Amino acid sequence: MGEQTVAATPIAPDARPRLPHGVRLVHSEAQGGWVLLAPERVFKADAIAAEIVKRCTGESSFAAIVDDLAQAYSAPRERVLADVTVLLRGLAEKQLLDLSPGPVT
Amino acid sequence: MTANGSPGLPRPLGLLAELTHRCPLGCPYCSNPLALEPRKQELDLATWARVFHEAAALGVLQTHLSGGEPAARRDLVDITAAARVAGLYTNLITSGIGLTARRLGELRDAGLDHVQVSIQDSDPQSADHIAGYQGAFARKCELAREVVRLKLPLTVNAVMHRANIERIGEMVDLAILLGAGRVEVAHVQYYGWGLRNRAMLMPAREQVERALAMVEELRQRYHARIVIDAVVPDYFARYPKPCVGGWGRRSLNVTPSGRVLPCHAAESIPGLEFWSVRERSLADIWEHSPAFNAFRGTGWMSEPCASCARREQDFGGCRCQAFALLGDAAATDPVCHLSPHRAQVSALALVQDDAPYFYRHM
Repeated sequence: MGEQTVAATPIAPDARPRLPHGVRLVHSEAQGGWVLLAPERVFKADAIAAEIVKRCTGESSFAAIVDDLAQAYSAPRERVLADVTVLLRGLAEKQLLDLSPGPVT
Repeated sequence: MTANGSPGLPRPLGLLAELTHRCPLGCPYCSNPLALEPRKQELDLATWARVFHEAAALGVLQTHLSGGEPAARRDLVDITAAARVAGLYTNLITSGIGLTARRLGELRDAGLDHVQVSIQDSDPQSADHIAGYQGAFARKCELAREVVRLKLPLTVNAVMHRANIERIGEMVDLAILLGAGRVEVAHVQYYGWGLRNRAMLMPAREQVERALAMVEELRQRYHARIVIDAVVPDYFARYPKPCVGGWGRRSLNVTPSGRVLPCHAAESIPGLEFWSVRERSLADIWEHSPAFNAFRGTGWMSEPCASCARREQDFGGCRCQAFALLGDAAATDPVCHLSPHRAQVSALALVQDDAPYFYRHM
């Protein structure tokens, strides 16, 4: 899902990742998978990226999302933390994700 | 990926829905054709709803509700709702004129995803002069603020040409001030009314070079504050633009009366046969329409495109431009430095005329 940086800046555990207005994750039968739709831009999301982004609703904290994914995929938390950080940082840099803490406004 | 079982046929991602050619503004670079379609020929709501469903089934993800000024359609809210119901991401491309705060709220409630407002200049007087409409600038700014107040994402489309290219920095600053998350630095392209006004719009090479350097500086200065999208204006480029991402490959355009085009200027090429959504399904048109198949893929190419390493990167450039400048829609876009006709483009880029604009009108 786009280019990824090697060492992403850590994300605060209490951040509540959410898609900003105008960014939507949808499943397109015709395009054969998940896509993230944004102003004038379309990003194809592989199955794992889609599972991560689906959890970015603003309801769960970043720490809770990582816990949930580590459990769902029986993967080491440290590894999940690193992978999810890279993905979400990359999305935030493209203004496709809001990483601020606190409740949804 | 395939459509309707035809191996290798690409699936479109974007649908440009030209809801009307009516527009209160007279911008001299308008990309609409010189022969505008009258109101009585416009598709009705039910047909647009059908088109949106067919588009989504074909693979289209985003629709750009455009014109003309789409707000000139009284049923714009219903059209937008229909696009959302079909599952499409909806992008309203507006001049900002004719759209009240109330209707904008209704559009948001109908599921509108994103708004793009065009700005003619950072200087109000100049902006109104370019638009051929007194007070346009103030109304656009007011609407842009309302978009942000409603928490809809805003893109400012800053259309650049000789009269405003020196103020590129001020225009990006204005976009930030208005609360835009994204700004398109859109150098005028010479099609339709823009081609008619080419000499009045053409910037000097030094101006273009300063503008390109300025964009780089602005991108660094405003990193993470605003997304700046900009391309080199193609008369000054080394390679042609990959027009519409390749003919009949990524997108389609439905005109107000329902004709389906591979790009908005395609009707300027004589001899192409366009089909209408009034008579056929979008999938049928995408796959079988003679206009879509005329320049699809690489089989139509001659040299230097046919053996070029970039042939599936820029797809020979723009067919409409090849026709407009050379009279041959199958020629290499003469913007390309490999075209034997590149000198002709360079010569045209030197032609400036300070005569009054030939304003767009119905």
